[in-house]
Amino acid sequence: MVRIDQTLDARNLICPMPVIRTQQAVSGLENGQILEVLCTDPGALVDIPAWCRVHGHKLISAKNVGDETIVRLQICDS
Amino acid sequence: MAVKRKAIALISGGLDSMLAARLMLEQGIHVEGLNIFTGFCVEGHTHAIRNRDKNRQKRNNALWSAEQIGIKLHIIEAIEPYKEIVLNPKHGYGAHLNPCLDCKGFMVGKAREWMEQNGFDFIITGEVLGQRPKSQRRSTFPVVARESGAFDRLLRPLSAKLLPETLPERAGWVDRERLYDISGRGRHIQIALAEKFGIEDYAQPAGGCCFLTDESYSRKLQDFWNHRENKDYEFDDIMLLKVGRHMRPGTDWKLIIARDAGETQYLRGYRSKFAHLSITSHSGPLSLIDGPIQDRDVELAARLVARFGSSRSAERVDVQFTDRNGRQRMLSVAPMQPIEVQQQWYV
Repeated sequence: MVRIDQTLDARNLICPMPVIRTQQAVSGLENGQILEVLCTDPGALVDIPAWCRVHGHKLISAKNVGDETIVRLQICDS
Repeated sequence: MAVKRKAIALISGGLDSMLAARLMLEQGIHVEGLNIFTGFCVEGHTHAIRNRDKNRQKRNNALWSAEQIGIKLHIIEAIEPYKEIVLNPKHGYGAHLNPCLDCKGFMVGKAREWMEQNGFDFIITGEVLGQRPKSQRRSTFPVVARESGAFDRLLRPLSAKLLPETLPERAGWVDRERLYDISGRGRHIQIALAEKFGIEDYAQPAGGCCFLTDESYSRKLQDFWNHRENKDYEFDDIMLLKVGRHMRPGTDWKLIIARDAGETQYLRGYRSKFAHLSITSHSGPLSLIDGPIQDRDVELAARLVARFGSSRSAERVDVQFTDRNGRQRMLSVAPMQPIEVQQQWYV
């Protein structure tokens, strides 16, 4: 079971707002902490993992569950 | 050991900004990208909403570009401060409601703030001399540099050899000889450069990456202002102008009629803020009513909405009307016939 340190509700926001909210949430978290992001914009399934890659954070999972996309990532200080 | 200089690159998601950043990486500069969200960016929005775009790849092109060239990308939300640019552009509008020159100064100004806050040395953009009639001319380049406060810390690598030397060139941080002298609207040099760098896929937004350059969108925005007391907007207002068929059969109200299931799903999120109409006897679009509709007009609105569903040829259609306070009532109406729909209703 993954320990979630913070859940961000980015539902009903569309591109690029889920990424911007993720970026803001990550800036308040510490190395190793885990953020879960809930989205309804299907683009988040691609964009948040891409944002993680360019910033060096670890993507734990990204999946569609019904009409929602759930992304989990771990903060890695680079 | 020489200090590694740092540049912040404005990344739009198109090829030119990607190439400008890539050219700096070639010269050993540390580059990070900045993308500014104004609310009018074409990026992703409608693709995420409409059914017809379901199979289209949904990606944020700026993020995708940054990943291709291996730089970090910071996305900044600037919806509120950008209002002043749209509402009162000092340099006026272009062909539509696009305040391109003011916008460019705003974007570079945001990059300058970011540069100062993060200890970076200069700013780069993918601007090309003569590429845009309003904002990328020899006479406007210095305006952007001055009004943004960037002055000679603004470098345009793709056209640099045609422009006065900037600080990064004078100070030797960047070798001017390895910069370019591209001008005009042609793309062959950029395409050759992309091939050289192994960049095979890139966004090619026709007419730019901003809804304000779009004639249809600008018309809806102007109509929106014409029916408000003040020339102003909120974020939801400008988002809704991107969605649905907008029709104004009344002076004070208009309908926003979803064009497919994707748009209906999106408009559902606004039901608590707007009176709305839903077809219950057939499959059909959800429609928001923007503005104070009189009781006597509700039937007309319902008949019009009934025309845009599978109910268009039915004799009677059941439509549920919900007012701003959530009170509901049912109407049984005959769908409007094509001849009854007035062309001037279409916004």
